[in-house]
Amino acid sequence: MNILVCVKRVPETGGRVTLTADERDIDTRYLGFTVSPHEECAAEEAVRLVEANGGSSTVLTLGPEAAADQLRAAMAIGIDRAILLETDGQDWDPVSTAAAIVEAIRAESATGTEYDLLLFGNEAADSGDFQVGIRVALALGLPCISGVKSLEIKAGMATARREAGGGWEVFEVPLPAVVAVREGINLPRYPSVPGRLRARKKEIQRSVPTGPGSHLAGPEKIRLRLPAETEGHVQILGNGAEAAPAVVDVLERIGVLAR
Amino acid sequence: MILAFVEHDAGIPTRSSLEALTFARRLAASNGMPLAAVLFGAGGDSAAAALGAYGVSAAHLVTHPALDAYAPAAWGRSVAQVAAAAMPSIVLAAGTDRGQEVLAYAAAMAGAPMAANCIELRPGGSGEPFELTRQRWGGSLLEDARLDGPVRFVTIAEHATAPEVVAASLAVSVQAFEPTLSDSDLRVQVVGRVAPEAGKISLADARVVVGGGRGVGGSEAFSELEELAGLLHGAVGVSRVVTSAGWRPHSQQVGQTGTRIAPEIYIACGISGAIQHIVGCKAAKAIMVINTDRDAPIMSRAAYAVIGDLHTVVPAISAEIRRRQAQ
Ligand SMILES: Cc1cc2nc3c(=O)[nH]c(=O)nc-3n(C[C@H](O)[C@H](O)[C@H](O)COP(=O)(O)OP(=O)(O)OC[C@H]3O[C@@H](n4cnc5c(N)ncnc54)[C@H](O)[C@@H]3O)c2cc1C
Ligand SMILES: Nc1ncnc2c1ncn2[C@@H]1O[C@H](COP(=O)(O)O)[C@@H](O)[C@H]1O
Repeated sequence: MNILVCVKRVPETGGRVTLTADERDIDTRYLGFTVSPHEECAAEEAVRLVEANGGSSTVLTLGPEAAADQLRAAMAIGIDRAILLETDGQDWDPVSTAAAIVEAIRAESATGTEYDLLLFGNEAADSGDFQVGIRVALALGLPCISGVKSLEIKAGMATARREAGGGWEVFEVPLPAVVAVREGINLPRYPSVPGRLRARKKEIQRSVPTGPGSHLAGPEKIRLRLPAETEGHVQILGNGAEAAPAVVDVLERIGVLAR
Repeated sequence: MILAFVEHDAGIPTRSSLEALTFARRLAASNGMPLAAVLFGAGGDSAAAALGAYGVSAAHLVTHPALDAYAPAAWGRSVAQVAAAAMPSIVLAAGTDRGQEVLAYAAAMAGAPMAANCIELRPGGSGEPFELTRQRWGGSLLEDARLDGPVRFVTIAEHATAPEVVAASLAVSVQAFEPTLSDSDLRVQVVGRVAPEAGKISLADARVVVGGGRGVGGSEAFSELEELAGLLHGAVGVSRVVTSAGWRPHSQQVGQTGTRIAPEIYIACGISGAIQHIVGCKAAKAIMVINTDRDAPIMSRAAYAVIGDLHTVVPAISAEIRRRQAQ
């Protein structure tokens, strides 16, 4: 089976975030980059499905030239091919992103590559738009299941589960299909050294996307803001084991100590 | 008009939907717009009747012979068709799994953009742009954005508005709506359910959560945290470093790509406080930190802290609880 995985390059922020002077982006001068944990799991799922069923996996991203790093990271865990839809580094809105991905899938189809399964993250780590997978599915006339934390493929059918009210909802669709997954569906492997070396030598197929055309796109970013902080004052209860009585006093006071 | 997609549980509107409705009603009131709802499924009529207390004056009850179980594309198609008939200026839903999904379909089918997890809408006057503020990075960053289109599709971030009834409840005029659905709209449907495990304290609902991060050092040492959580009838939560290393299952992860918790107290042991972890625990009433580093970023979020090695501090707390309980 042929699987396409879509990933988005995002900054790897830690405990604090600073913005650029124009307030349109996160200041990434001192940051590394990664993809959403959901998308790491999507890539792992693709590798496992191809290991089990044969076929080939492809990773695709829309982003700047530097996003080649994220494509290589996916190839280092076993994804076979990579496609970069190169932008000038500006954020694309979800409507335009979906249109560019659809255009790329149609171009693949025109050269004889059809996908049985399109894997997405449930939402991008940074923009959290919750829609690119659904828009791609609608444009291609494919069924789509979101929020998936367990996926089984058998005899051309996908059975997917997602969490609902403490239990699970089960969905079933015939392939080809779009599935948007969540972290927890699997535990991604770490790339091996030979895997990394292989990925470094692989070709990346590049093209420049044309964008949304006549569609109404958006939302259109004006600026980013940090939420107002309610920086409280921390009460230090003590050092090491000696602090235990003071800790239990607090637990007692707020009423969580069962007697 | 504002049209809200309302979720309900066997006839009882969900809390997230009531939050979104409260948000919508305030916006509707300040812009002189009526508020309408669209509902699906068995019990939709009794849920609709309950919405008058939240300022809803009209409800569209979607009924279709082929619609029984939850079917995201079909529900999205129905919302788009109700919107095409009722001509609202805003269509909104709660930022839940179903809310995001149904609105994304409805917007895409209507050829319109959608903004997810909004916390503020600024419709503007005629000729002025429609602006909004929405959450990014799970809520650790905000974005001001412009949204275009004859109808604005938005979801409202969960936990951002407390549900509030109106002073004078409205009479709800309930109308059935039969959508036109194609086979492809009905391809994806819930075909089965697995009930929640009985008797387990869920991480999302626990009154006490004992959190463990990289500082715990390995899977065995989690027994120390489990003991403390057990004594407090709470649950164990962990950081992503812990689940990525395979020390604990992902179902225990707190954060942007894990579970959101809201306990009375969150005792965070050996966790630095990355923004993606904080968005998952910031609804805790209080955070108590146990960390060797008094400058860890999580300190700025904490009400209480113990400076020290969690492997000595946590067992000492458990011993002290036992000692007092034995008295
Ligand atoms: C898109 C995205 C989504 C993410 N989603 C999540 C998420 O959902 N949840 C999540 O948790 N993370 C998430 N992360 C990862 C996050 O950025 C951090 O990497 C992670 O939370 C760090 O985990 P930590 O605090 O356990 O480890 P560290 O940052 O390494 O901190 C370890 C802490 O332990 C302390 N310590 C060490 N030894 C001891 C000891 N013996 N006693 C006491 N203290 C000790 C140290 O002082 C330090 O403060 C996400 C990242 C990205 C990019
Ligand atoms: N720039 C991008 N390049 C490739 N895939 C993307 C991009 N943006 C979003 N996606 C995919 O669409 C999913 C949902 O994104 P969103 O709708 O923006 O939250 C992500 O998890 C990715 O799988």
